[in-house]
Amino acid sequence: MTQLPRRGALKALATAALAAALPFSAAQAAEPIKVGVLHSLSGTMAISETVLKDVALMAIEEINAKGGVLGRKLEPVVVDPASNWPLFAEKARQLISKDKVAVTFGCWTSVSRKSVLPVFEELNNLLFYPVQYEGEELSKNVFYTGAAPNQQAIPAVEYLMSKDGGSAKRWVLLGTDYVYPRTTNKILRSFLKSKGVAEADIMEEYTPFGHSDYQTIIAKIKKFASEGKKTAVVSTINGDSNVPFYKELGNQGLKATDVPVVAFSVGEEELRGVDTKPLVGHLAAWNYFMSLKNPANAEFTKKWAAYAKAKGIAGHKDKPLTNDPMEATYIGIYMWKQAVEKAKSTDTDKVIAAMAGQTFKAPSGFTAKMDERNHHLHKPVFIGEIKADGQFNIVWKTPGPVRANPWSPFIPGNDKKKDVPDGKTVI
Amino acid sequence: MNSQPLLSKSGRIIVCVAIALLLAVTPFLPDFYVTLLGKIMCFAICALAMDLIWGYTGILSLGHGLFFALGGYAMGMYLMRQIGRDGVYKNDLPDFMVFLDWKELPWHWTGSEYFVWALFLTVAVPGLLAFLFGYFAFRSRIKGVYFSIITQALTFAAMLLFFRNETGFGGNNGFTDFKRILDIPIATPSMRITLCVITGLTLIAFYLVAKYIVQSKYGRVLQAIRDAESRVLFTGYNTLWYKLSIWTISAMMCGVAGALYVPQVGIINPGEMSPAASIEIAIWAAVGGRATLIGPIIGAFFVNGAKSWFTVAFPEFWLYFLGALFIAVTLFLPQGIMGLVRKLSGARQGSEK
Amino acid sequence: MILKIRHSQAAIKQLRLLFAAIGLMFCSFAAQALTQAQALAISVGENDDRVAALTQALATPDPALSRLIDALLDDTAKVVSGKVLIVTSDKTTDAATGQETTAPDNAEDIVNNNRLRRELESAKAALGLFSDNVETRTAAITELRASADEKKLPLIDRALAQESDVALQARLQQLRAAMLIASSDRNKRLEAATALASSSQPTVKSLLQGRLAAGVETDPEVRAALTTALRNIESRLAWGERLGVVFSGLSLGSILFLVALGLAICYGLMGVINMAHGELMMIGAYATYVVQNAFRQHFPAAFDYYILAAIPVAFAVSALVGAALERTVIRWLYGRPLETLLATWGISLMLIQLMRTIFGAQNVPVENPSWLSGGWEVLSNLTLPYNRIAIVFFAFMVLILVYVLINKTRLGLFVRGVTQNRTMASCMGVNTARIDMYAFALGSGIAGLAGCALSQIGNVGPDLGQGYIVDSFMVVVLGGVGQLAGTVYAGLGLGVLNKLLEGWTGAVLAKIIVLVFIVVFIQRRPQGIFALKGRSAES
Repeated sequence: MTQLPRRGALKALATAALAAALPFSAAQAAEPIKVGVLHSLSGTMAISETVLKDVALMAIEEINAKGGVLGRKLEPVVVDPASNWPLFAEKARQLISKDKVAVTFGCWTSVSRKSVLPVFEELNNLLFYPVQYEGEELSKNVFYTGAAPNQQAIPAVEYLMSKDGGSAKRWVLLGTDYVYPRTTNKILRSFLKSKGVAEADIMEEYTPFGHSDYQTIIAKIKKFASEGKKTAVVSTINGDSNVPFYKELGNQGLKATDVPVVAFSVGEEELRGVDTKPLVGHLAAWNYFMSLKNPANAEFTKKWAAYAKAKGIAGHKDKPLTNDPMEATYIGIYMWKQAVEKAKSTDTDKVIAAMAGQTFKAPSGFTAKMDERNHHLHKPVFIGEIKADGQFNIVWKTPGPVRANPWSPFIPGNDKKKDVPDGKTVI
Repeated sequence: MNSQPLLSKSGRIIVCVAIALLLAVTPFLPDFYVTLLGKIMCFAICALAMDLIWGYTGILSLGHGLFFALGGYAMGMYLMRQIGRDGVYKNDLPDFMVFLDWKELPWHWTGSEYFVWALFLTVAVPGLLAFLFGYFAFRSRIKGVYFSIITQALTFAAMLLFFRNETGFGGNNGFTDFKRILDIPIATPSMRITLCVITGLTLIAFYLVAKYIVQSKYGRVLQAIRDAESRVLFTGYNTLWYKLSIWTISAMMCGVAGALYVPQVGIINPGEMSPAASIEIAIWAAVGGRATLIGPIIGAFFVNGAKSWFTVAFPEFWLYFLGALFIAVTLFLPQGIMGLVRKLSGARQGSEK
Repeated sequence: MILKIRHSQAAIKQLRLLFAAIGLMFCSFAAQALTQAQALAISVGENDDRVAALTQALATPDPALSRLIDALLDDTAKVVSGKVLIVTSDKTTDAATGQETTAPDNAEDIVNNNRLRRELESAKAALGLFSDNVETRTAAITELRASADEKKLPLIDRALAQESDVALQARLQQLRAAMLIASSDRNKRLEAATALASSSQPTVKSLLQGRLAAGVETDPEVRAALTTALRNIESRLAWGERLGVVFSGLSLGSILFLVALGLAICYGLMGVINMAHGELMMIGAYATYVVQNAFRQHFPAAFDYYILAAIPVAFAVSALVGAALERTVIRWLYGRPLETLLATWGISLMLIQLMRTIFGAQNVPVENPSWLSGGWEVLSNLTLPYNRIAIVFFAFMVLILVYVLINKTRLGLFVRGVTQNRTMASCMGVNTARIDMYAFALGSGIAGLAGCALSQIGNVGPDLGQGYIVDSFMVVVLGGVGQLAGTVYAGLGLGVLNKLLEGWTGAVLAKIIVLVFIVVFIQRRPQGIFALKGRSAES
């Protein structure tokens, strides 16, 4: 990855800092910087998280090959919290207080993030969280490189309302029963109402974790869809349940041209396990798709393919795939590196200050920017339709990166929320 | 029978040393080890409770995680109320309720702001549930594997229930981000050490209680039930009440363990009720050695210590080690680690003679 | 703020718009065959313009248009330097002229979104109405049901005039009625309402509901006819729903008993609580995956039949793994059922991790063969997926085979003997150790078959087994240990109960209620539905 040109002011600042800190960093040169990788490699979440560990290791290897950070090598410390939420907290504490990592890249589920959050706040360390989530949170010690609801859910629904999206009038909000779907649907419900959709035209359904029998739900959707105007389904079904859902959808003959399904947790990796031919035309909204055509993405996918082959990563060595959380992990690591270089230190507070306004030429083809205030990335939103080969046709995108709104204006009371984490000093 | 002293002379010394070590060493342990130690000691209490019911009474429960979690939730409710207005939404209600648009506390949260009530619920809820469930199960003479499987069904059903956001326990996320306990900040090293020491003392106290139980006449009847229940019945004992009482006691011990666990790890969620979590409790007891009281405690330390180390040292391969450990223990060490110790010390004594 | 994706740069787009306009002009003059400009206008540009071009071209149907539409729907159309090409694996043709050419490397894929695909499908159907083939016409009418609007009325009228098949004529009349229901002529509306009473389409139902909404239809007579029609349709649709619940219950039930059957054999015979049962299913599913890949690589022509080869392979692999486990671990634990639980739990952890190491942590794709994809539309609102129908049949086939094996063969006799009284069987000269191994292998093999079946409806991943293990235990315990009939009744019963409840209470509560039901039921009948009677069963 090439170093980005920084803005003039930053450059001046960096040069000044460089002069001051030079002898100090030279003295430390030998000592590697430890970096924590906290992703489940076993248990239910291993399906999604394992590959994030690999992409993190790839980025670290790349950085090391280019001389490391501040002249020091990065040393990854990989642990397995085994999809067990209390274990996430324990491992986080271990990484910070025992292994003395400077930063941790990790977590997927909201509950794992909630579990480690008090630890990172207490020990004042840094977490980079790479997955789309429900918002309603802002911590000084966390950088959120995934999408907030306004960077994923709302644009997707707007698209479905448009003529090209099929002018949907009735909505099925379908999800797994946990906080991300609940919050997203709460936001969407209030958004839909603001667009004049009646209560009777919204159906909300939840299934338990690991639900694998979608016969009844699909029958309900069919019935609901037959009772009125054009219907669309917004799916926040989590991980593993998507395959049985989509298989049932295909086999019960619910085509995307009749009832399109837009999903926020289905990407290239999830579709690996599905026969996508019956699913052509169903949609997903992300900040990155593997099928994006731009030089940064071509390089990213090429590097990943080579890395997966070299390391013999099961599955990816034959069919390398990249997805949105992988891109978010990758951006996160590079932004952290840039911030450390700017701060001339791995000190948490200095890095937090240096993170503000960092930019990175992301594989999405746009320049992602870390917001100066709210610790979220400015990212573009893409909507893709599933193709027969498991990739996505990009049918819509925002003209440029969108600023994240962790406190959705569609949740009452959020207008009073500060857009800056407590305890953060904004320069 | 009761004339036998609770502890032998060496036993008394060991207990005293354990207490002294706990009080003297814990404050000087690195931060990370304090939480780990506290957590494992909570698990050891569970293993001890499991041993009373499985090792001494011959009833395998695959649902003890439920009682552990219920105790944890009882304490968690109190801790949630202690957050006060410091939550994300600056509201008197816990954040997840604000988020669900609830305007007031549901009925089952009544009194949750009082610590004493939380302590009461910690033992009362698991105890009551265990009593009711046990009464009907033991009365219908459900035994062996059937009992194990329906306890598994029970904890699985409870897990699904607690996953639901409408149940009023925070759904999948459960309770997190605690700030205070008894108005004292919770995320401080001194509070962690205090909690760890309290857990240690509770463990020792429970060990002594368990020791008292198994040495009493009551304990002898329990062991007789384990070995031949029909004969105990024919001798004129009503085994229902023996089984029911030890089952309830065991559940309450787990509840206490759960209550100590939550403030230390900082989260309680329905994952603790998953069938796998309950199976693990049985595994600690089995690895350490059933029908010995010290065994399950050692087992809990050994398995969890190994897990903690493996997940860092061999993140990709630790399940192989753990799996192999379980197989090896059941195949080669049917009496667990304690059996091995006994065998080794027996062999040494034999060779010395 | 929001921009539609432009296919390429603005300048080129301008050019294309020009092309489209020219194309439109062209076809009004000499609307004989599809021109290159027309093909281009249909294929690229703003969606609105493409739809307009398509509608325009439809006025003069010709085979080239039909080919282009097919190619666009199959994603085989590409565009290069103002020409639309149809690129298939063996040849490349020009969409307008039909001449063979070569596809240059810079040919761009054409992106069709749902809206365009819908228009294309509807256009294809409209063309299909005039096909010589009855099946094509039937499919076309079915397709048009979803997009019935008054604009298509002339089309339907023309088709009706040509249609010779009586059944299809009736269906076209229905379609026509659906379009006429909003006519300004009261008599036409009345006629349409009466005609629609014989429909059984959900779309017609929503149409009628729309007409019946306050203030839409004002004529009382027409309203009465609409109400009658709606009632008729609703009662027909209600049947579809009821049957749907029964079928989904049956389907879930057959899966439950299939996964529990193997467990029932192992447990009933040997009292072994096999926590690794789910992982044996997982192995069966992975075996199916491997067979699928082998077929794809070596016998692509026979790919649709890979599943037939996968069935015995899944059985054999799981049975071998089961036999190996029995030999190395479980054999040493007989008489200690609760400890077997721990050892098999350890085995299951290792098998899960083994699959992660070999195949990766993510799910692997197992495709339905084409004859198992899609479904059978029994009623307009009831589609039974072929894969689920197949699994119901498969489960019963397996059941019959197991029944025959246990009740009619010598091995079965021994198995039953050992189940009832191990010591006595041993005294009679039965080699119980060998029988144990065979029985365990059989149980494991059936688990493999269940895994093979599950691969057709759900995930194939390392966690596959974990999701079913609790359920399969419940079925075995509810049915009564060692009772095949009990397992079947319990599996089907739980499946139907679960689905009935799910309709009322939602999936989460339904599952909780079923579990509580099992707990209560066991209190009433501690030995399950079918308890073994006699002294031997006591111990």
